[in-house]
Amino acid sequence: MANAKELKQVLSGPIVNNNPIALQVLGVCSALAVTSKLETALVMTIALTVVTAFSNLFISMLRNHIPSSVRIIVQMTIIASLVIVVDQVLQAYAYDVAKQLSVFVGLIITNCIVMGRAEAYAMKTPPMMSFMDGIGNGLGYGAILMSVGFIRELFGNGSLFGVEILSKISDGGWYQPNGLLLLPPSAFFLIGTLIWIIRTVKPEQVEAKG
Amino acid sequence: MASNKDSFGRTLFVVVGLCFICSVFVSTAAVLLRPIQIENKLLDKQKYILEAAGLTQADEAPLSKAEVLATYNKYVVAKLVNLKTGEWVEGNADLFDADKASRDLANSFKPQHDIASVKRVANTAVVYVVNDEQGQPKTIILPIKGYGLWSTMYAFLAIKPDMNTIESLVYYAFTGSGETPGLGGEVQNPQWMAKWHGKKLYDAQGNLAISVTKNPVVAASEYGVDALSGATLTGNGVQNSLEFWLGDEGFGHFIEKFRRNGGLS
Repeated sequence: MANAKELKQVLSGPIVNNNPIALQVLGVCSALAVTSKLETALVMTIALTVVTAFSNLFISMLRNHIPSSVRIIVQMTIIASLVIVVDQVLQAYAYDVAKQLSVFVGLIITNCIVMGRAEAYAMKTPPMMSFMDGIGNGLGYGAILMSVGFIRELFGNGSLFGVEILSKISDGGWYQPNGLLLLPPSAFFLIGTLIWIIRTVKPEQVEAKG
Repeated sequence: MASNKDSFGRTLFVVVGLCFICSVFVSTAAVLLRPIQIENKLLDKQKYILEAAGLTQADEAPLSKAEVLATYNKYVVAKLVNLKTGEWVEGNADLFDADKASRDLANSFKPQHDIASVKRVANTAVVYVVNDEQGQPKTIILPIKGYGLWSTMYAFLAIKPDMNTIESLVYYAFTGSGETPGLGGEVQNPQWMAKWHGKKLYDAQGNLAISVTKNPVVAASEYGVDALSGATLTGNGVQNSLEFWLGDEGFGHFIEKFRRNGGLS
């Protein structure tokens, strides 16, 4: 069993030091699409964390039995099954959010974070640590999604989790919402800015010039 | 171990075994959750029917499950209509699935002028009659559908008992990923939806006159609705859906019958 320090490193490392979106620039597609509201961003984070954690767990359990010639297909089968189940559960218990997330839950299958962790970590690490690594990466993904979602919903729609914070002009208030923030390109600027800030604070994350 | 793991037999065993386990896992989840999902879909539809009837507002806090059911059961009656004769027919309208019925070759037809690309139409259709507190019909809701730019768009057209004045047009579902967000997707924008309220379907001569138009003069009249900018094809889809479903192969006979009698009674 791994010691506590290693466990902490695996769980919290991906949040800032080794963030899957900010450092590895993976999973950006869904980060653009589902962050216009905090609610969808949160549900997407939970869905991705569950899928990454369990796919890491199962792949790690099978890692000594997976033939290397078909390992990617085996990983995909496990990930795809988990994603379908998550999608079904969302449609049953969070129908409204599932409708807004629409195709993006299904697209977790092709999310590079899930594949990347399975191939890079779970294939060579014992199950418990792999599971924790999945949760850690899910949290790292979620940290970016929630920050972007926070800015987009607050300044694009004047609300947080659907609760009005800044009253909009269209509802008789004073705040003129920034429509750009509701469109996917704004997430590009926000994620870019976040990466800039993180790399200014932690210059070791800057890629070496080739 | 390594060579053993990569042998042909072992590979086949792992792959087949994994597929079997995964398929059992996925189908179990799908079967177990199906009843809840169907209930959700029905509830979602009822929510939109209430919205189309003007019983709830899109920008209000959403009703709880129980409130939706209670309001729906109190005011809304689903009835079946024969599209060819315009007469009411017996049957359980709440369980009626228009898309499923349109695939039943014996009880459906292929429209001659399929401007809305609906492919096949069932002979019977469901109509939602919304009553007021006294039990008198207040709004009639006709489910319509038609192809927009990317998807088939499903809507509820709510009209007053005079069978002419529009109460609302509420788009509630799209196949696939729907129309372009921000352009065609704006058919669900409350501000655009509000433009339909009070418009008339037919002119004084009884011809279908409603149009989604770019002409500001027409849009200001009681037969025109200002088109969405940047969404010409979705707008055409809306127009075609209305023309098809209000025409002879849609609810035309049904509406005609009640218009002759001076409204629904």
